[in-house]
Amino acid sequence: MEHSPPPFFKTGPTPLARLLIFSALSVALLVADSLLGYLAPLRYAAAVLIYPLQRIAAAPAEIARRIGEFFVTSSSLRAENARLSAENLANSAQQGQLKALQAENAQLRELIGARARMNVKVLAADILYAARDPFSRKIVVDKGQQNGVQAGQAVVDDRGVVGQVTRVYPWLAEVTLITDKGQFVPVQNLRNGLRAVLAGTGNDGSLELRFIPLNADFQSGDRLATSGIDGVYPPGLPVAEVSNVERNAAQLFARITCTPLAGVARHNQLLVVVGQPDVPPRPAEDVKSPRPRKSRKG
Amino acid sequence: MADLRITPQEILLPVKPAFIAITLVAALLMNLLPWSGYGLWIKPDFVALVVLYWCIEQPRKIGFLAAWLLGLIMDVADGTLFGQHALAYTILAYAGIVLNRRVRMFSITPQVLHVIPLLLLNDLIVLAIRALGGAGFPGLQYFIGSFVGGALWPLISASFKLPQRPKPDPDHA
Repeated sequence: MEHSPPPFFKTGPTPLARLLIFSALSVALLVADSLLGYLAPLRYAAAVLIYPLQRIAAAPAEIARRIGEFFVTSSSLRAENARLSAENLANSAQQGQLKALQAENAQLRELIGARARMNVKVLAADILYAARDPFSRKIVVDKGQQNGVQAGQAVVDDRGVVGQVTRVYPWLAEVTLITDKGQFVPVQNLRNGLRAVLAGTGNDGSLELRFIPLNADFQSGDRLATSGIDGVYPPGLPVAEVSNVERNAAQLFARITCTPLAGVARHNQLLVVVGQPDVPPRPAEDVKSPRPRKSRKG
Repeated sequence: MADLRITPQEILLPVKPAFIAITLVAALLMNLLPWSGYGLWIKPDFVALVVLYWCIEQPRKIGFLAAWLLGLIMDVADGTLFGQHALAYTILAYAGIVLNRRVRMFSITPQVLHVIPLLLLNDLIVLAIRALGGAGFPGLQYFIGSFVGGALWPLISASFKLPQRPKPDPDHA
């Protein structure tokens, strides 16, 4: 093709025809992916193919971070060391207390015959990059199927819940943050035990509690933790703090905005909660289930 | 008034297919870099930019198939719906191929004025698909990347032509 004249007769389909062909293909893919969900294997294969590229692209940031770590002054290291050992001391005291409480709790639960709570197992993962999609809040971490990560697992950092694994590739996993629009976390108010569902708004650093009656007891400053009733997030993980409560009598529900406790921007290590919560099996749906009767005796 | 005269066309060596492939992979890598914060907003879509460049400069060597496949790769990397970037890049490639003779007649500044609307069109297609899927409007800063892409056009245009410049012949110095 070096400097060959353009073909006059065999030019193939016209650009318009090609446009229509490839647009139709794209639209077909869009429909197949969004409505039918047929394309998971194809996406999986493509993800394996571009994995080396993703690692190469992530390398410069990693190298810069390593170089930055290399040039840490000894005074700052010493300060950090002092801070960490102080924290460690405080934590180990609390840890002892926690152990005792856990043992007591297990014993009490056994006494009343409640199911044992699951033991949370975690896996540390590095954030490779934040997905470059301005419409959704997602990050990609460097642990995948090969490390035992599964879609649906919760992801936490040292302060609270970060999000949930939504797609798994062999060596990578996609985590949807709780701030993503359409991500919901069942929570419980730590002050009074009220349960609610926390929804992402699509904006960084803002969540909202939906469908909360006007008279519900939520105040700004309340801490929310996972309630664990969904079987996805283990119970008791801190999630958010109520930042603003707006009660307008003209509306049916209160407007409660919250700020997430965990932050993805701060560090590049996260924990994936690998153990699946031990939920009882879903009860089989009876076709002719007798209507529950209220006992009027007593 | 700005000088909009038709520029004399240079005689360039034929472009090597390997060079086109390298630039496309490099663009893909640039897109995959861990951008965050403000960088994410000003980041142009490098793949769209380079695909558009080759569709305008070499419409017989690069075309719909390459644009479409690169779109699929971007969809996987971003974790978006399959076909979203593919559709946008296909339409971008069509615009580039249809307009290639016209755009190449202009000097570099009016070329930028052609490129920015095309990149904005690319953004708009993605926006429309996301809106159909129920996503909200991400704000006007979403479009900044296309203007940055337009600003990068002269740089890309100059640097991508370097390997095609004939080497000075020492016998005729």
